[in-house]
Amino acid sequence: MPQRSSKARNGRPAAGPVTLLIGTRKGGFLLKSDRARRRWTPAGPHFLGQIVNHVVLDPRDGKTLLCAARAGHLGPTVFRSTDRGRTWKEAQRPPAFPKAVEGEKGLAVEHVFWLSPGHASEPGVWYAGVSPPGLFRSEDGGVTWEGVAGFNANPLRKTWLLGEQEQTTPDGAILHSINVDPRDSRHLYIATSPGGTFESLDRGVGWRPLNRGVAADFLPEKNPEYGQDVHCLRLPPLAPDRLYQQNHCGIYRLDRPGETWERIGKAMPKKIGDIGFPMVLHPRDPDTVWVFPMDGGTVWPRVSPGGKPAAYVSRDAGRSWKRQDRGLPRSQGWFTVKRQAMCADARDPASVYFGTTGGEVWMGAREGAQWSCIARHLPEIYSVEAVTA
Amino acid sequence: MNVAIPSQLRDYTGGSAQVEARGATLAEILADLDRRYPGIRFRMIDEQDAIRRHIRIFVNGEQARGIGAALAAADEVIIVGALSGG
Repeated sequence: MPQRSSKARNGRPAAGPVTLLIGTRKGGFLLKSDRARRRWTPAGPHFLGQIVNHVVLDPRDGKTLLCAARAGHLGPTVFRSTDRGRTWKEAQRPPAFPKAVEGEKGLAVEHVFWLSPGHASEPGVWYAGVSPPGLFRSEDGGVTWEGVAGFNANPLRKTWLLGEQEQTTPDGAILHSINVDPRDSRHLYIATSPGGTFESLDRGVGWRPLNRGVAADFLPEKNPEYGQDVHCLRLPPLAPDRLYQQNHCGIYRLDRPGETWERIGKAMPKKIGDIGFPMVLHPRDPDTVWVFPMDGGTVWPRVSPGGKPAAYVSRDAGRSWKRQDRGLPRSQGWFTVKRQAMCADARDPASVYFGTTGGEVWMGAREGAQWSCIARHLPEIYSVEAVTA
Repeated sequence: MNVAIPSQLRDYTGGSAQVEARGATLAEILADLDRRYPGIRFRMIDEQDAIRRHIRIFVNGEQARGIGAALAAADEVIIVGALSGG
């Protein structure tokens, strides 16, 4: 492991209104709260009709937004705003794989799926995860993008990903969950679906799989070195030796320098199971996480189990879980929450948010204790990010 | 020559449905379009120089299969967003 300072940055609660950055199948939207988080005002759409996978604010300057978009007919791109969404410009060189040499088949970016700001010490650095799985880096605030050859051209990439697959939006094979160690800009974790979790200690030059203990029930070998299907991987900034993941095959925690993931989803109620897409961190407490279970049985309906949606929260790093469904539909609630569509804000107490495939946004006040619907009638929601003024 | 631009790409052309471009091949026309309207090429042609799945380009009424075709000054180029169902 690289040398690092032992302390991460301190997390202080935010105090101002919250803005939710919402990516949908038909454009991007903003949802702005008052200070009390009682009234919410929608704004947008931005890029109406375009598939917006992710809208992310740069926490280093508090005003730059990046938006990953593509239209049904058109190729993928990244839009940038340096005034919190009042005006937008397209990237001059969006993520694109290198042109293949004559006679060989090259990769083409189908969609830009995930955006992550780089390390606090590297203003202007961003990472993007794309489909087919590839990692890109920008050093100029998202104006131009270069492939991270250590992953994209890695001789083992295709092996790790179980081969190249046909792509569909947004459900094809993707690279997502780009996490930068807050103590060390060189130390990166990424995830691919399928493929698993991968770690780099040198800013993306070298990579190795980090999947020991993670099940892959869909493969002949149930605990392979790679090939797992990570749905969402999160690194708590205040405890950066810890990782949580919601996987296709369960919920897991890894405490570094350990190498073996623990299936913390085993503590979930058996009738609910531990399948889902999002994994949400508490803004300050590394032991508190939320998940949103879905039905992963039989043909994988990918809806709330039994039509009774609920979040589950753990306040002891996954040793136990508590159901949070107050205010949510008691029955006949069949929505799905995608991997980028659930988050928490940085207030105290934090509110938790999720967007549904049916175009609703829900807020869980007091850390998920009481849910209320704060927006409806939006297009299918792909991502929700909370930022505070 | 005149190039017909589909509605999906008119954000790039300031709303114009017909624009001018110069070149002796379709590839050169597309490169010239990108000089005049930065970003427009990548949204219809991928990084392997393939015409994207839901874009069609017609030269004098014939569908182009690639971007290598030679063009004459009087040729007509029409770019369309393909009907893709729904």
